[in-house]
Amino acid sequence: MAAVQVSEAEKVYILHGIRDDLRVDGRGCEDYRHMEIETDVVSNTDGSAKVTLGHTAVLVGIKAEIGKPRPMVPDEGYLEFFVDCSANATPEFEGRGGEELGTELSNTLYKVFNNKHSVDLKSLCISTGEHCWVLYVDVLLLQCDGNLYDAISVAIKAALFNTKVHISADDEGGKEIELSDDPYDCMRLNVENVPCIVTLCKVGHRHVVDATLQEKAVLCGEPDHLRHT
Amino acid sequence: MAADMRLPTIRKPVSLSVSAFDRRDLVVPGDIITSDTGFMRGHGTYVDEEKLTASVAGEVQRVDKLICVRPLKTRFNGEVGDVVVGRITEVQQKRWKVETNSRLDSVLLLSSVNLPGGELRRRSAEDELTMREYLQEGDLISAEVQSVFSDGALSLHTRSLKYGKLGQGVLVQLSPSLIKRQKTHFHNLPCGASIILGNNGFVWLYPTPEQQEEEAGGFYTSLEPVSLSDREVISRLRNCLLALAAHKVLLYDTSVLYCYESSVQHQVKDILKPEVMEEIVMLTQQKLLEQEG
Repeated sequence: MAAVQVSEAEKVYILHGIRDDLRVDGRGCEDYRHMEIETDVVSNTDGSAKVTLGHTAVLVGIKAEIGKPRPMVPDEGYLEFFVDCSANATPEFEGRGGEELGTELSNTLYKVFNNKHSVDLKSLCISTGEHCWVLYVDVLLLQCDGNLYDAISVAIKAALFNTKVHISADDEGGKEIELSDDPYDCMRLNVENVPCIVTLCKVGHRHVVDATLQEKAVLCGEPDHLRHT
Repeated sequence: MAADMRLPTIRKPVSLSVSAFDRRDLVVPGDIITSDTGFMRGHGTYVDEEKLTASVAGEVQRVDKLICVRPLKTRFNGEVGDVVVGRITEVQQKRWKVETNSRLDSVLLLSSVNLPGGELRRRSAEDELTMREYLQEGDLISAEVQSVFSDGALSLHTRSLKYGKLGQGVLVQLSPSLIKRQKTHFHNLPCGASIILGNNGFVWLYPTPEQQEEEAGGFYTSLEPVSLSDREVISRLRNCLLALAAHKVLLYDTSVLYCYESSVQHQVKDILKPEVMEEIVMLTQQKLLEQEG
């Protein structure tokens, strides 16, 4: 992510602060920043959400398309993820700069969300072996100030909650399917089990939740990603 | 560990406080300033069908026959004598490049700093090689603008005991137009912390040093842990600064202090919530109006 320069004395100040459970903005080690969620923001998607976590802003749009189910699981639908690190977030994402980060995020999201424990994939099936709903989840990073995983996971959960999938009028199981003409005739997804990611950064004996970019630049050690419902 | 989540708040329009003595001419891009052709056009204006129109959002300034628009949101345009807080970005031969939120990186020449030990001598080749020991990339300094190069870059100097490398503390980056020009920009606030209000919008908060050091300005940075009470004061001040900046209140020692006092009943981390920010800033503005007259 973006490189933030910190001086040696600032580093010491931040580390001592975390040790004393009082970070630079007055939060404790286990406090999140102010979060704002809004759903149904993009009109030409089937479900969307925008999450602002401090200075991190993430926009998620979900489109439902009809596709062929996977050969191994013919009675389930699936999700496809794409994360776009927009150059609006930081100049380093210009051109192909954000691709590496985007791929890493997409792969993690795929592992977390695209399994039957999170989303009821069977409800996405239209006719076994022939048709199923494929949910294309597009994540757009608008602003980047640390803690992307948490913001993205909350946004995806909100967007899935907001998603309206059309119900097929006739499910005879044949090659052709008909969707009902009524635009309000749709089913909503059950998002009770959709997880939210909580990222922890380990500093000495303390774990820090929701680190800003500046704190990340100071803290050494790999952050662990924990799953939390 | 509860995370506070909510729907986004509708941004309320910032009401202009109409003071009796100044009713400034604020314009937005596209506003016609005058139709009189007798004026010369300065920065921030253009001529559209013989009418002088503004191209930036800001205040109209008229000097005799010259009209220009000074933008409100702009990079720092330094003048001689301004106090700035900057971060070292590069170490070059005989000079450092300092980032000060201006259009070009400012320059700090080796001959413009006080050598450790306070000696006055000619800079030797050895000094050039040990530049990195004094100031490295990422270090923060407070300095004064000595002169402006022809291309607009600022030349800084730290030739006074009050300027130099900054130690432990918190940097807050704000817009330069919010900082009020005053006689001194270094304040020891009575609440228990010290503040440097750089003209370039960078504000430095740090714990008040116990005794005034007599050495060459700011060479030795103390890495002793800062006490918890000092930390709380500094964090509270930081959040107050962000609250004032969000509501476009002019920043100087009095306004910051009033904001601090108004925020005492809230917890430090709650200050950044929109409704608490609004309440605190309203109280501050009331106090400032009372103090004026």
